[in-house]
Amino acid sequence: MFRGIMMRLSQAVPVLLIFSVMVFMLMHLLPGDPALAIAGPDASPEAVQKIREQLGLDRPLIVQLLEWFSHLAVGNFGESLTLKQSVISAVGERLPVTLSLSFVSLVVTLPIGIGLGVVAAYWRNSWIDAWVMVLALLGVSLPGFWVGILSVLYFSVQLGWFPPSGYVPLTEGGVGPWLASLIQPAVVLALFQIGFLARITRSAMLDVLDQDFIRTARAKGVDEWTTISKHAFRNTLIPVVTVLGITLSLLVGGSVVIEQVFALPGIGRLIVQGILNRDYPLVQGTMLLFGFAFVVINILVDIIYTIVDPRVRYG
Amino acid sequence: MAVPLLEVDDLTVRFRTDAGWMTAVDRVSLAVGEGEALGIVGESGSGKSVTALSILRLHAAATTRMPTGKIHYGGKDLLTLPTREMRQIRGGEIAMIFQDPMSSLNPVLTIADQIGESLRLHQGVDQATARKRAIELLDLVRIPDAARRVDEYPHRLSGGMRQRVMIAIAIACRPKLLIADEPTTALDVTIQAQILDLLRDLQRELGMSVILITHDMGVIAEFARRVMVMYAGRVVETAPVGQMFRRPVHPYTEGLLTAIPKLDVDVRRLPTIAGSIPDPTAVIPGCRYSPRCPQVQESCRRDSPALLPAGPEREARCPPRVAAMAKETVA
Repeated sequence: MFRGIMMRLSQAVPVLLIFSVMVFMLMHLLPGDPALAIAGPDASPEAVQKIREQLGLDRPLIVQLLEWFSHLAVGNFGESLTLKQSVISAVGERLPVTLSLSFVSLVVTLPIGIGLGVVAAYWRNSWIDAWVMVLALLGVSLPGFWVGILSVLYFSVQLGWFPPSGYVPLTEGGVGPWLASLIQPAVVLALFQIGFLARITRSAMLDVLDQDFIRTARAKGVDEWTTISKHAFRNTLIPVVTVLGITLSLLVGGSVVIEQVFALPGIGRLIVQGILNRDYPLVQGTMLLFGFAFVVINILVDIIYTIVDPRVRYG
Repeated sequence: MAVPLLEVDDLTVRFRTDAGWMTAVDRVSLAVGEGEALGIVGESGSGKSVTALSILRLHAAATTRMPTGKIHYGGKDLLTLPTREMRQIRGGEIAMIFQDPMSSLNPVLTIADQIGESLRLHQGVDQATARKRAIELLDLVRIPDAARRVDEYPHRLSGGMRQRVMIAIAIACRPKLLIADEPTTALDVTIQAQILDLLRDLQRELGMSVILITHDMGVIAEFARRVMVMYAGRVVETAPVGQMFRRPVHPYTEGLLTAIPKLDVDVRRLPTIAGSIPDPTAVIPGCRYSPRCPQVQESCRRDSPALLPAGPEREARCPPRVAAMAKETVA
């Protein structure tokens, strides 16, 4: 088991290497210049050129890339060009926000998404199934930023139930205010996930319910609830866990938009800020972190696999 | 036969298909005595499996209309029994094993759990006792190294072993009746013989009645005392096994018997029954076998034949042949 995980982690190294080269290239392909952004609109061309030289941006791309790699090798992600702070500390400050948001969103998503899927499958082709599928379709297709704005208008402005924006850290206000500041964005973020997961779970459950071993369970005299919860559910989880990895990755991606709408100071906003300012080290560093997160998520999914499906076991 | 253990009376099962309702089982009646082995033979699509599934009400609920007729068991009608009581019958008094052992066991549960579940449900034993009994049952179905095997998952076992596990599950609560739906079809020939031997021994030891469904006449000859032949959803002939092999009444039974390859005769081509089983949604006037029957008469295409008595314990759905037989007996 441990060896298997270490192997997967080492396989991640070339993946991240290629990924970071791509991020680097893409950033430099973007028109615009961080030196201009730093110097301000009124700066003379000479001043801009000077800043450019200071930052080392006048050197060939390949040199810049190799230099970045050599710093990475010793764990140095570099200094942000615009924030006057290291990339590590900038990310470190904002990571708890995004992690909290993703966590709360996941906690909302899993029971509702999987639950709806199971219910729809069990009563397939009934009105329950039809409604669940309509809701799932809405969840998948409604854009998060639009639902987010409407939600703020209604729940925060009209009803005043939740703060419209901002984030209260766990360490400051305790669980209550922390959750209050997150529940709205988390639910909006979860809508897509719930729809996606409900559809996947439904089709997986339908497959399982048609299997011979379900008939075997019924032939033993097992009641309907046990048939579903014991015999069908774990088999349903096998394909669901597979897409769960994708869902989690989407959760991180979705947070970029949602953090913007709800003014949450998380990684998503940091990236947007970095891209707008052409803050190369910042964007490269955070993107690398995202890449790493995806790899870890996928390893987690593989581990969950071995728990759910006895046919998959690390040697 | 005194009072039969199970008596199926005029069972009719209809399915919904894209082409409309079709009758998969058409007024089938059968009886199984205590400790008796009844064989049901027929081609795929003859309705034999559906008949078996309907006894335990395991047919697909979404596409099947509730079967009509009566299934008498222990003074009750299984077709109208409340679900709760039906669940006590399933696995407790009437157990079933299926065709494909590769897919009939749950891949994420251990053997101990899957055998033990029946015991816990029907006999209320605790987990530890259930596991102990599971090992005994694995021994009984001749799985070597049962104490180790019991904690394994189905994917570690071969097809033959899995079918043994299915049998262990089925006999766990000492059912009075075992329905075996093509239990050897998916297995290779040597394993088939072992499984049949096992079933026969268990039947004797436990005194169960068995309904064995198959399309293999050889299996019937070895296993059953009485046989029922089905064609296109109807019973066409019932007879004691020996008599059916010696002297089949219905031309379809005759066709099935001539289609068995004989080891001592060198043939280039196996005899077959011309044509194929009719589309279940098709309406065939008269005898359903008439389009394929080599001895078809004018009346066969016109009148729907009844199941007629053709000697002691024998019935056949072929008026011309039954009449011919009667004449012979008189003469």
